[in-house]
Amino acid sequence: MVNSLQSPAQANYWLVQGRILFLALYALGSACFFYIVARRLMPLLRAQRDSRFDRPLHRLGRVLQFWLGQWRHPRYRVAGIIHLLIFAGFIILATRAFTVLALGVSENFAMPGLSGNAGHIYGVIAEYASTVVFLCMVVAATRRLVFKPARYAVPARYGKGHPADAIFLLALIAILMAADSLFEASKAAALVQQGQAAEVMPVLSLGWMFTRALAATSLPVLQNLHLGAYLVHGLTFFFLLCYRPFGIQFHVETSLFTVFFAKLDGGTLKPVRWDVPDEKLDQVKFFGVKTFEDFTWKHMLDFYSCADCGRCSDNCPANAAGRPLSPRFLTIKARDYAFQHYPMFGKVGNGKALVGNLYSEDEIWSCTTCGACEQECPLLVEYIDKIVDLRRGLVDDGNVPQSLQKPLKALESRGNPYGKLEKKRADWAAAKDFQQSCPVRLVKGKAADTLYFVDSITAYDDRIQAIGRATARILHHLGEDFGILGAAERDSGHDVRRFGEETLFQALRDHNTQAIQASGVRRIVTSDPHAYNALKHDYKDVPPVEHVSQVIAREVKFGRIKFHPAEKGKVYTYHDPCYLGRHNQIYDDPRSVLDAIPGLKRVEMKRSRDRSFCCGGGGLMLFYEPKEDERIGVKRVRMAAEAGANVIVTACPFCMVNMEDAIKVAGLEGKMTAIDLAELADQQIVKETQLAA
Amino acid sequence: MEILVCVKRVPDTSENEIELNSTGNDIERDELVYSVNEPDNYAVEEALQIIARVGGNVTVVTVGSQDDEEVLRREMAMGAGKGVLLSDDVFNGSDARGIAAILSAFVQKGNYDLILTGVQAEDGGAQVGGMLAAMLDYPFASLVNSIEMLDGRKLKISREIEGGNREISEIELPCVLSIQTGINEPRYVGMRGIRAVASVPIPTYGTEELKLDPATVGRTAAKVKRLDYFVPALGKGAEMLHGNREEIVARVTDLIAAKGGLR
Amino acid sequence: MPRIFAFITHRAGVVDDSAAELLAVAKKIDATAAPTAIVTGWGAEVDDVCDNLCASFPEVWEIAHEALAYPNAELIRRALVKVLPAGCIVLLAHEHFGIDLAPGLSIKLNSAFASDLLAIGGREGDCLKVVRQEFGGQVSAHVECDISSGAVLTIRPGAFKPEANSTAKGVVVEKSGEVDTLSARRRYLETVVAEAGDVDITKQAILVSVGRGIQEKDNIAIAQEFADALGAAVSCSRPVVDAKWLEKSRQVGSSGKTVKPKVYVACGISGAFQHLAGLKGNPFIIAINKNPKAPIFQVADVGIVDDLLELLPELTSKIREMRKAA
Repeated sequence: MVNSLQSPAQANYWLVQGRILFLALYALGSACFFYIVARRLMPLLRAQRDSRFDRPLHRLGRVLQFWLGQWRHPRYRVAGIIHLLIFAGFIILATRAFTVLALGVSENFAMPGLSGNAGHIYGVIAEYASTVVFLCMVVAATRRLVFKPARYAVPARYGKGHPADAIFLLALIAILMAADSLFEASKAAALVQQGQAAEVMPVLSLGWMFTRALAATSLPVLQNLHLGAYLVHGLTFFFLLCYRPFGIQFHVETSLFTVFFAKLDGGTLKPVRWDVPDEKLDQVKFFGVKTFEDFTWKHMLDFYSCADCGRCSDNCPANAAGRPLSPRFLTIKARDYAFQHYPMFGKVGNGKALVGNLYSEDEIWSCTTCGACEQECPLLVEYIDKIVDLRRGLVDDGNVPQSLQKPLKALESRGNPYGKLEKKRADWAAAKDFQQSCPVRLVKGKAADTLYFVDSITAYDDRIQAIGRATARILHHLGEDFGILGAAERDSGHDVRRFGEETLFQALRDHNTQAIQASGVRRIVTSDPHAYNALKHDYKDVPPVEHVSQVIAREVKFGRIKFHPAEKGKVYTYHDPCYLGRHNQIYDDPRSVLDAIPGLKRVEMKRSRDRSFCCGGGGLMLFYEPKEDERIGVKRVRMAAEAGANVIVTACPFCMVNMEDAIKVAGLEGKMTAIDLAELADQQIVKETQLAA
Repeated sequence: MEILVCVKRVPDTSENEIELNSTGNDIERDELVYSVNEPDNYAVEEALQIIARVGGNVTVVTVGSQDDEEVLRREMAMGAGKGVLLSDDVFNGSDARGIAAILSAFVQKGNYDLILTGVQAEDGGAQVGGMLAAMLDYPFASLVNSIEMLDGRKLKISREIEGGNREISEIELPCVLSIQTGINEPRYVGMRGIRAVASVPIPTYGTEELKLDPATVGRTAAKVKRLDYFVPALGKGAEMLHGNREEIVARVTDLIAAKGGLR
Repeated sequence: MPRIFAFITHRAGVVDDSAAELLAVAKKIDATAAPTAIVTGWGAEVDDVCDNLCASFPEVWEIAHEALAYPNAELIRRALVKVLPAGCIVLLAHEHFGIDLAPGLSIKLNSAFASDLLAIGGREGDCLKVVRQEFGGQVSAHVECDISSGAVLTIRPGAFKPEANSTAKGVVVEKSGEVDTLSARRRYLETVVAEAGDVDITKQAILVSVGRGIQEKDNIAIAQEFADALGAAVSCSRPVVDAKWLEKSRQVGSSGKTVKPKVYVACGISGAFQHLAGLKGNPFIIAINKNPKAPIFQVADVGIVDDLLELLPELTSKIREMRKAA
């Protein structure tokens, strides 16, 4: 086949031969890109260590699932599909892009293995891909300009949005697609005009449309279009390459790494320093993140990778309630800080304190650690570890709100945030009539098989003690040989840790670990998901732990628990507690318990399972006084009402406190009640069931 | 500026139930949690904020025994540069005047511009600060809820008086101020901070180092002695309402109507 | 028997309520005593006050001095030290002025000092027995004072029944001459009056008062609804103001406002004396508290052990019903 148009490599662009021009362009563009990336990597080289190289195969699997498979994107249907198409297009077009660029230097270049039929087939796929990407750009731009999805908006306190920039980038990609197609189309049109058989452009593709439009164009014009389109393509390609690292589009390059290095173990927390074991922590100069460089390199990579999609903040309960926290802006502000302090040219800026300059204290304390943001992010950006690290820094400086100082002090002196006496920790089980029907003993002295880890709120709160008694009754009904630590138990420390008081947490953990090990129990059961998460992930060397909902579900499955029929006229909905559901993926067990109650009518809230909406936070969050427009819990009970329920079932004492409180504040008293799963099971259990020995 | 803050280790009322012991001569101390007297903590925070503005050092001092060192360490973890324990068997049984005499002797060993105490101790009577000032012939102000540095050797202070009003005065250094709670928001002292100062040496001074005449302190010198603790027989007190909530609601609303009228 | 003096505070020519209480204390210490009131000030005001006191005290010592126009404890102490005889007993009210003056005075007079007394036990020679409280009022203590070289005693306001006496036919003794120049290194500048809040609780006939037991800022709305139904206002104790849930202008207590309502509903208030010190005029006190051992039940007229967060809404409904019916 004779090319009737001169190729860009051979043609002269204003006295310079194309080959040389493009070689220079590629060299310059690449050099620029590498320089920019090197500057972007600078803060990462000064960052704290991170531990991200273990289990490479597992990590690879996640890359396949979340990066290549775009697993999280469809959670927002429209945007998800658009992005899927764009991403697929980019992957498909990678080869074509390389080929096209190479043509500027070597006019007969073809990718090895893609000459001949394979090349033709690829060409067709690539052309459609290019068209789809182009259309997606148009749709995306329209969404931004016309439909303006709420989660893209930038509230005034976070600065200004950059809608023009977004449109600009979309336009550039569209231009890239168009230039490429025009480059091919002009050649095809020329061949047709010269009576030569041309590659058939795939029908209705961009190239096909261009070819038809150019049917009557003269050859000289076609030549110029051919060369011009090629130049535009090259320039746009390298401009985009060098421009991407300056904004959210950097995620095109960094997302692969961010997903590969993403955290594997849900529910766990980053240690104070990855390279310092607990025993050596007193040698560490300070705890936590105070300046930007105190973040780990992976966290900095997260800041670069944020696509500013707003899905995290859209699901953040604190954000919805009007608290000053927006996960999205936590990241974007940090990213902008990095850009500002590590500029392309010039001095690296001094590390100023983050809290007080970039972040407000309220912003950092507002987080309930529910994990909705992390669950939603398509790039697996992490938040909880960063918030906890920032809190560690605040605690290190003594900068803790007065409302939190009191419970922390009480935890230090009495092992519970209420300041109540240790010796009263087992009083919840002490009432005579309760002891008679359900004796609860201490594990001290006489070993037991199972430990019921009660934790502070269930032990001391007047209302929540009922959950403790219900759980004990269930264990008793099952004939379990169980006991409690009583006065030897301390708060699990789960939320002490997540509020940044690592040293106090370790003291509580070590005390409890010793007591548990000394008791000789083989397994632990708890009705408190925070305690569950702590014992499972924060504690080492303790027996395996289960949540009571898992125990009940299993016993129901094996027919050892049967229920009386449900009360008529009630519609139940199950609220997934964050530390049972999202952090530990226990969604079905509690539901199966409810479904085992004959005649129980159950509805699902729109936000359920891993999209569950946090109750407002547990542990120390109950003491914090956030500035908010509406209580998080109030929003949740309204969701329950909306779903048609009049009973909220939950499986966490903190959820219970927040729900009951919210029902009063929302004015739904009489129309809505809340009950704990263990309480409901205990209420409905058929006591005559004989337990098989 | 050299600031001395006098602190005291007391049973923490918010985390204890204060009860009498079996013999009735003291409170039951077995399961008590002790901490620094709350107004004293506010005083240390205030001192730290002052030196953050004008430079200087904060020293914390207490009169007691080895057990009392823990509050010194806590305040040092908060930021006080030095802690001093004044301890001697002879000091036992001192009344407030005796304590003030001991502190006065210590103050005279040093060169402090400002001396702060908390307005009152949990088990005290708002005495030591004023007494210490009089012994030293320093000007004194109590119930201080705001301190501002003025030029020269003067402070502008505000005292909490009735009705939420504030009495503003000028006071010359060196002086003694007793600090009221709520003057500031004390910083948090974490467990890590306390561990970090666990081995910092705390000098202990007795009658010899302080050049104190034993006859002026201790049990023998005390003019005021606590004989015992007791819980007074409860008087008639309120008429407690019993019954179910509906009955109580009816009774209360009737009473309100009868006594005050619904307006 | 040492001479007993009562330092009387006054404002705008009006004698403080504590005067009658101090008189009662003097009588408790020595039933036959002829206590002397001692007053400082300047101008016509102090003259008026002294004349007034003649009705209850057999002798009134007047120290009129320009420097003492505002009661600066540092200056007053110097004046008192000049005029008071050795070995005397001085009584003051335990409030912001007494706290300021008394400890230093005891040192300069070289006498014993005991503060915030609730009761006088008895006297055996030079040993005076008194009663104080500690640990926020959770326990009381018997204390003995060696008054051989005198004593300075501050008395808890409201702890002693005022001695009603209008027949003393006392004499004013001018002591101003014994005090010439007075100077101190503390100088009074001005008094900043608390910002008037939106509601003046001192003018309310019914108050619904909340304490720590309200638990959260948002729960105050429950008390507000009850107050609205009653046509009353919401006031509070100090912890609520410290937590910044209500403004200072709503605080009832020794460092807050003094109120004289007809009915006082104390919700979740423990009954610390500093709070009760702000309640005058013998209101009808209804106390609601979860803790049956709360000290408030000692001073209230009617007590209910219940969860105020549940009881108040029911009271509110009932009041509304009653109004509709009326």
